[in-house]
Amino acid sequence: MDLNNVVKIPIGPQHPCLKEPACFTVSLNGERLAGLDLRLGYNHRGIEKAAESRTYIQNIYLIERVCGICSHSHPSCYIQCVEQIAGLEVPARGRYLRSLIGELERVHSHLLWLGVAAYEIGFETLLMYSWRDREVVMDILAMLTGNRVNYAANVIGGANRDITEDHKKDILKAVDVLEERTKYYIEVATEEATLIARLSNVGYISLDDVKLMGTAGPTARASGLDYDVRRDDPYAAYKDIPFKVITDTHCDVYGRALVRVGELMESYKMIRHIIQNIPDGPIAVKAPRKIPAGEAISRYEAPRGEDVHYVRSNGTDKPERVRVRAPTMVNLLSVPKMLEGDNLADVPITIAAIDPCFSCTDRAIRVSDLDGGNAKVMTWNETRRFGIDWYRKNGIDFTDLNKRLAGRMR
Amino acid sequence: MSVSLFEMIVFPGFIFLGVMGMLFEYLDRIVYARLQNRKGPPWFQPFADFIKMGSKEDIIPREADSGMFVLSPLLAVTAVVVSAFYIPMWGGKALFSFFGDAVVVIYLLTIPTVAYFFAGWYSTSLYSTVGAVRTLTQLFAYEVPLFLVILAPGILANTWSLSGMAEFYSQNPLLCVTNVVGFMVAIVALQGKLERTPFDIPEAKTEIVGGTFTEYSGRLLAFLKLTHSVKTVVVAALVSAVFLPFGVEIGGVLGFAIFIVKIAVIVCILSAFKAALARIRIEQMVDFCWRYVAPAAIFQLLISMVLGALTGCGV
Repeated sequence: MDLNNVVKIPIGPQHPCLKEPACFTVSLNGERLAGLDLRLGYNHRGIEKAAESRTYIQNIYLIERVCGICSHSHPSCYIQCVEQIAGLEVPARGRYLRSLIGELERVHSHLLWLGVAAYEIGFETLLMYSWRDREVVMDILAMLTGNRVNYAANVIGGANRDITEDHKKDILKAVDVLEERTKYYIEVATEEATLIARLSNVGYISLDDVKLMGTAGPTARASGLDYDVRRDDPYAAYKDIPFKVITDTHCDVYGRALVRVGELMESYKMIRHIIQNIPDGPIAVKAPRKIPAGEAISRYEAPRGEDVHYVRSNGTDKPERVRVRAPTMVNLLSVPKMLEGDNLADVPITIAAIDPCFSCTDRAIRVSDLDGGNAKVMTWNETRRFGIDWYRKNGIDFTDLNKRLAGRMR
Repeated sequence: MSVSLFEMIVFPGFIFLGVMGMLFEYLDRIVYARLQNRKGPPWFQPFADFIKMGSKEDIIPREADSGMFVLSPLLAVTAVVVSAFYIPMWGGKALFSFFGDAVVVIYLLTIPTVAYFFAGWYSTSLYSTVGAVRTLTQLFAYEVPLFLVILAPGILANTWSLSGMAEFYSQNPLLCVTNVVGFMVAIVALQGKLERTPFDIPEAKTEIVGGTFTEYSGRLLAFLKLTHSVKTVVVAALVSAVFLPFGVEIGGVLGFAIFIVKIAVIVCILSAFKAALARIRIEQMVDFCWRYVAPAAIFQLLISMVLGALTGCGV
């Protein structure tokens, strides 16, 4: 490889192919990729730290906001930890309700992914279609919980809201519509030539590499890893719900697309099963305000992969430590491997194919130089000062502007 | 052979083509939107976009070559408008014609692509540079097939004048059927020329932001967009003159209406392709063009030559 011909192109922090800030510096040799440098940390929100100063109940709502799309997965996973420490047994109806919302969320997340993936390869019609159909499941979620995202469907010890017979009818009707549309997408995915040309043999990652890097979720299942937390470590009502774990052996982006549409079909079956078999009874048990000292770890199959939460309590009404490991964290590590030897045109779709969620993943607390050395920890005020000085050094001074703005506000 | 200022600026020059370009841009957008289950823009949207962009500030990057940066869009729009003078639209003949004007038109229609390359290259931004290189790579893939199929009908008509071709085929409409392969090749090549999905590789926004036009803003961007719209009409007019010359000798309002319908059909075909396909990679595009489109173009050439020999018309 002639290093003189290498051009470095920044994809991010702001770029049309990214929905959230992250920086992929792509080294290009013509149209071929010669290297990829991954940089995160534009989105750190300090949620884990904030969780330590809030009560367990408040934390449900905070943790819910870790991710806008997996906004049922994260609180469920957190609550499972708390219930485990407190020794609470969730009633059967509550468990079924959790699974129901979980599967509806998976449907909406996968349909969203389908649209984003189509957009990345310039297939805007599929984006418009799949996002139109996503509205069907969004309406159902809004009907059941009052919100399109951030459902607040959980409480410690069970579910927050019950469903009625009318709800059941509407859900079944919506699932029928969605199933029919999804069949059409499967048809498109298996027949449309340009789509297959763009997805096949792109972002290849072998089963061995998947195991080596700990890749999770549909990304791993598309490389033939037969693993799903819902089946292998069942939570909520998944022990009682029959379903198939969808795997694929393409190992590329096409395989990931097939796994996701396959999971959509499975989710519809599961939703039907839940609606038909949901037991009667209470939806929640009462939880104590103070959780006894202890620690717990829990796993949850989020739409993007295995979500892991860790909670340590100290007997008060606030947790001592909450740790969130979002699935993007492990999947992102495999992206440079996937992109080895691919084209520039494959970068957006390969990044999108792991269904990344950068703000869920960001845990940046260290500031280091670009070469990776010289790491130091900065406080908020130091960071702010650093920013102001940096801009001033580069000839941009906001002091006057700030004064003027302050004057106008007065 | 002289051209009056009125012809150059108003009709059938810049303003006429500009208005036509924007109206067909609207048609393209609404058809695309309806195919995608969207409502689509109101009819004046392209005009509103043009006026709004025209009223914005022009920003020329410090690193860019400001001369070429400004000249490229003007070069592009001029070349397209001039080429329109040689294309028969309705009422028989084009504004100008001479033996071999088909070659001149194809040559003139290549200039905008080269101008896009200059625009991207002299912007010196990374995304623009990649876009510019892609523009040229793509040019080499679609240009030869397009050239071959535009000239193929000329063999039967025994002329390389577009007006002559249109006249010949409107007198012998049945012979048009022999050019079906050429028409299909031309439609594929047009998508490359107009940089539309699946060949919108030079401005693939998810990969290289705005591609060639990343650094453009304000009036210059408005002109680039206008060039694009006008180019759509002119190229569609070229294809309709060569492959669909029905009623080209009819003048007046009826002739104009027939012309509009023909352009609209071609634009709708292009919109349908845009809606139905995903963007492919540059190497897939080059591969496709040389493996399938170029042989098809040569096949069309052979058909024309054999027919010419059999019927005795042509060279």
